[in-house]
Amino acid sequence: MGSITLQKVSKVFGEAKVIPSIDLDIKDGEFVVFVGPSGCGKSTLLRLIAGLEDVSGGKIVIDGRDATEKAPSERGLAMVFQSYALYPHMSVRNNIAFPLKMAGVDKAEIDRKVSDAARVLNLTDYLERKPRQLSGGQRQRVAIGRAIVRQPSAFLFDEPLSNLDAALRVNMRLEISELHQQLKTTMVYVTHDQVEAMTMADKIVVLNRGNIEQVGSPLELYSRPRNLFVAGFIGSPKMNFITGQHAAALNAHTIGVRPEHLTISTTEGLWKGEASVTEHLGSDTFIHVRTEVVGLLTVRVLGETGIRAGETVYLTPDPARIHRFNEKGVAK
Amino acid sequence: MARKVTTQRKLIVTAIAWTLGILIFFPILWTFLTSFKSEADAIASPPQFLFFHWTTENYAEVQSRSNYLSHFMNSVIISFGSTLIGLIIAIPAAWAMAFSPTKRTKDVLMWMLSTKMMPPVGALIPIYLLFRNSGLLDTRTGLVIVLTLINLPIIVWMLYTYFKEIPGEILEAARMDGASLMKEIVYVLTPMAVPGIASTLLLNIILAWNEAFWTLNLTASKAAPLTAFIASYSSPEGLFYAKLSAASTMAIAPILILGWFSQKQLVRGLTFGAVK
Repeated sequence: MGSITLQKVSKVFGEAKVIPSIDLDIKDGEFVVFVGPSGCGKSTLLRLIAGLEDVSGGKIVIDGRDATEKAPSERGLAMVFQSYALYPHMSVRNNIAFPLKMAGVDKAEIDRKVSDAARVLNLTDYLERKPRQLSGGQRQRVAIGRAIVRQPSAFLFDEPLSNLDAALRVNMRLEISELHQQLKTTMVYVTHDQVEAMTMADKIVVLNRGNIEQVGSPLELYSRPRNLFVAGFIGSPKMNFITGQHAAALNAHTIGVRPEHLTISTTEGLWKGEASVTEHLGSDTFIHVRTEVVGLLTVRVLGETGIRAGETVYLTPDPARIHRFNEKGVAK
Repeated sequence: MARKVTTQRKLIVTAIAWTLGILIFFPILWTFLTSFKSEADAIASPPQFLFFHWTTENYAEVQSRSNYLSHFMNSVIISFGSTLIGLIIAIPAAWAMAFSPTKRTKDVLMWMLSTKMMPPVGALIPIYLLFRNSGLLDTRTGLVIVLTLINLPIIVWMLYTYFKEIPGEILEAARMDGASLMKEIVYVLTPMAVPGIASTLLLNIILAWNEAFWTLNLTASKAAPLTAFIASYSSPEGLFYAKLSAASTMAIAPILILGWFSQKQLVRGLTFGAVK
């Protein structure tokens, strides 16, 4: 059990309307990622669900029961914080046991659950250590352990990987995804990193200025972005946007073409330009092309390419994969 | 790149540090030495440093002339009492200011501190009259009240800056883990704040122990702490340096010993937040 429903939820800090009004349905067992640029209200939304902030209006329903006025401890949710928020004066064992102690679970049961969690998270050898004696990844695992022992109806993750280095982040991303497959518990995950969102989520909620821009599966958002914001935010490198006569020719105000949907040639094509910068990633190459008529475009080419900066090139978009937007930025 | 420290530079810095240390310590040393001199040696010119007739008669004299133990007990009760009551008031206040601040929190803190900027003598007459009319003159209760109030701003400030260093997320984690406010305070906040509370406690005991203005003006004999005991030896009929020194040594010794044993805690408390 772990369904969460937000009904016209709003949040105001003084004069600032951080979240004007949000409706959202999270089904039991789903992995939902809130993604958006910093300041878009994604963390605030998570804190509203957790009960760490009070809503200014609207209703939060957890498992069919109105939880709007409930204290965080009464909502049956567990949270993993960006800073891990471990109790520095307690050993790993006591950190993981803390929520069980608070719930009044008997000692033998606590010991059993703590060792289970430690085994799942590879922390058995570190149970007697203090958090300061652990590495970043281990600390994050303790925070997750503390969350899983009480078998919450849903997990809330607030940018849990942003303090880790790149390699560890990829590992932990996998571990969290595996954990979700094992536990099948609802997870709500906040991140500003769209790669994390795309790789982990069943459902992505794209937020911008406190509003939901689009909700959908990663591939839906990628192939059918509802507006310019989502089109620009999902996908890396960013989608190329073209306005003017080329867009008008396709009966649109703006057209969008993803870098991977442009073909590059040194002999012929639709748009002529000059390669300005090439970025070699090994597996693929990003080429930034200054075109004569449609401005700077980015092209993604699989593997290596012989094209060098300064060379004249021609770009052609895949006509089936051109996104069209009206003057309000909404997809047509 | 680390800065290169030459031997010469080290020597100069060490010499300066020692000079300053000795300069600051010298009056205390001189008081201590004088307390073992006869009155004649104490005022001898040129002053005698170590080669005088060592005597403990001043201590005996001071003991017989006044009741040291009673003054000592007054000092203990006043300084510990005022600090403990101050902490009981200041801990919730500082918690509220650090973890649930409002727009006015900074102003309230500034206002509290600004009361320490006023010369105490400005409030002497009204407080004296209040004490006289409510029968608090020359009572330990009265002194505990007044010292609690004058040190409260410092206690709140110290605890506030200390609590500010505790990440709010840890408290939120405790809330998410099912801790009630009381459990959050007992199991999470207090253990994390113990070093800060301890250094605040120590510093305020020292401040209250050394406080002389209010203790001298609001007491006569019954509640007089060690500050009044020292002052009683600087009588207008002529100074008795050796006896005054013996009294001073006896008055400062307990707090000096307490300070010595807790210096690590004190330094940590005073520099907290400055270095991480």
